[in-house]
Amino acid sequence: MEKINYTDDGQFCSGHVACGGCVEALALRVILNTIGNDAVGVVAPSCSAVICGGYPMSSTKIPVFHTTLESGAASASGVKRALLAQGKPDTTVMCLAGDGGTYDIGLQALSSAAERNEDILYICFDNEGYMNTGGQKSSATPMSAATGSTPAGKTTRKKNLIEILAAHRIPYIATTSPSHLNDMAAKIEKAKGIRGMKVIIVIIPCLPGWGIADDAAVKTARLAVETGVFPLFEVEGGLEYRLTVDTKSRSIEGYLGLQKRYRHLSETDVTALQDDVDQDWARLIQRVENSAM
Amino acid sequence: MNVIPGNKTFQLLSGNHAVAWGARLAHPDVSPVYPITPQTPILEKLIEFQSQGLLDMELLTPESEHSAMAACISASVTGARVFTATSSQGLLLMHELLHYASGARSSIVMFNVNRTPASPWGFWPDQLDSLAQRDTGWVQLYSESPQESLDTVIQAFRIAESIQLPVMVSHDAFYVSHSVEPIEVPEQDMVTEFLPRFTPDLRLDTGLGQSFGAPIDQATWNRSRRDMDAAMGQVRNVVAGAGRDWGALTGRDYGPLEQYRCEGAKTVFVTMGSLCGTVREAVDALRGAGHAVGLLKVRLFRPLPASDLRQALQGIETALVLDRNYSPGTGGVLHQELKSVLFGMSGALQLHGFLTGVGGVNVSSETIQKLAVDYARIPTSLNPIWVE
Repeated sequence: MEKINYTDDGQFCSGHVACGGCVEALALRVILNTIGNDAVGVVAPSCSAVICGGYPMSSTKIPVFHTTLESGAASASGVKRALLAQGKPDTTVMCLAGDGGTYDIGLQALSSAAERNEDILYICFDNEGYMNTGGQKSSATPMSAATGSTPAGKTTRKKNLIEILAAHRIPYIATTSPSHLNDMAAKIEKAKGIRGMKVIIVIIPCLPGWGIADDAAVKTARLAVETGVFPLFEVEGGLEYRLTVDTKSRSIEGYLGLQKRYRHLSETDVTALQDDVDQDWARLIQRVENSAM
Repeated sequence: MNVIPGNKTFQLLSGNHAVAWGARLAHPDVSPVYPITPQTPILEKLIEFQSQGLLDMELLTPESEHSAMAACISASVTGARVFTATSSQGLLLMHELLHYASGARSSIVMFNVNRTPASPWGFWPDQLDSLAQRDTGWVQLYSESPQESLDTVIQAFRIAESIQLPVMVSHDAFYVSHSVEPIEVPEQDMVTEFLPRFTPDLRLDTGLGQSFGAPIDQATWNRSRRDMDAAMGQVRNVVAGAGRDWGALTGRDYGPLEQYRCEGAKTVFVTMGSLCGTVREAVDALRGAGHAVGLLKVRLFRPLPASDLRQALQGIETALVLDRNYSPGTGGVLHQELKSVLFGMSGALQLHGFLTGVGGVNVSSETIQKLAVDYARIPTSLNPIWVE
């Protein structure tokens, strides 16, 4: 059992409209309370836009600018530059986007902001599909997962965004999970102290999108980490890899078994997925070991 | 080289460099900008000013015009003075965000160099790029000359910040963007006085905590457009006021429309942008030959100053609209606009729309003169007329 070390300063208010049991709301609570008051949010259309918004209500204490789906990183850059011009370099500008707004339509703007090394913190809530529109595949959808637009299962791999971002050599990239809230708070705290481009990808098991029980999102997220499907690690300067949960302690059957999107898989499919996870894990370990040299 | 006729300082500048000077004098806080022919000299001159320490400005060079406009909007909403420039494909790529910019009530000033939209590829003067943005909620002004472009950029900030709507100023590719003329560059102090710093009451500010653009219900969306409509209703007078005040400082008056030799005119040409220069020549020649002809130059296109236009065309027998653009299935955009403005007006005005210079082909003074002679008192043509 892990004790959660974090103080809730009321930065995330009750009354938000996330689905009951949604761990994106849980992640937002930790992120917003860790970021604190001196911050501006930029939100691309996604579940977080719904969770933060609904005029005239707001579930966030910090001011938020809602932008277009493909513009998250560009809009966050604009806010940051305006604050710099106003002599407020210390205010954190934090972009919240989904995987569609990050891996797909927002990738161009994200890559450009990374290339310019904008001083923004970009957070991607990765629920592996367009869940706000009812669950279609994105390029973050993993191999074999069934979605509204891949009913027989996706036939291609999940895009490796970490490697793409690492190639930009930005100061900080990390993955985190709502099953590891201390890890999440520590990474947000660390990112807050770094000048330049920071990207954190948060795995968000989506109750309706993944077809999991209302009380199973945290458990599913934990299994994603412990199976090595979604390893928790950091990349500094695009080169220094460090695992923050350093063991892969389970095979994937238990993880897959919690989710309806994988229920059509044959034994051969599961073996193939396990092979993929093992190979990806081995590559990651190699990068971590190379970093230590 | 600077030349000094009288006590004024003139510089030889191209239209685009005049725009960059206008922007420099307005002191934007943030400029997100992306290169495109034939706009690029604006970008390069602005960056030259910034890199030489002559302009203290956050410069943002993103991967596309789309991201440039996204950054413009959020910077403006954060309370910064924002300038950008584009042309043709770049403007068209921004289209989604042009709606967003006005909906967010940002005060961006954008300069557009009018250029043919592809396909096929062309780099030539044609106003369809900006005219196609007429429903996006941007105020649109068209400039005829480098001096007017410099002056209008400065006035555009006054207009945008007065009504909190974005303003687009356009001039024609090459005919204006790359032609060089002696430009009076105003003194900084005078511009600073004309354009005091502006901080919007509603802005992204950690001390205020207001959020922007959250999902809303139907009635609130409807109200946002009624508010925009009220702001649009003020534009004509704000443009007139800014032009008058600028005139008092510089001797160069500007208004929503300009009437050139319209006294006692029976026939007037109506047009925008660089064609106005050629039409002035044609009008002078026609007047010299005894024809009662004038020019009605439309400077403010959005919102179209309808009552000014109706007043200016009162008693005119024939109006000849010259469009350097072609809207497929309709004809010239200004012609279409004029038809709607004049609908129901008493009198016997005959209206003809000519597609002149579409794609940047040259339109000579002689061609224009011939139109005035051939179409005087000819009954209204319903369809547009292509002019060789």
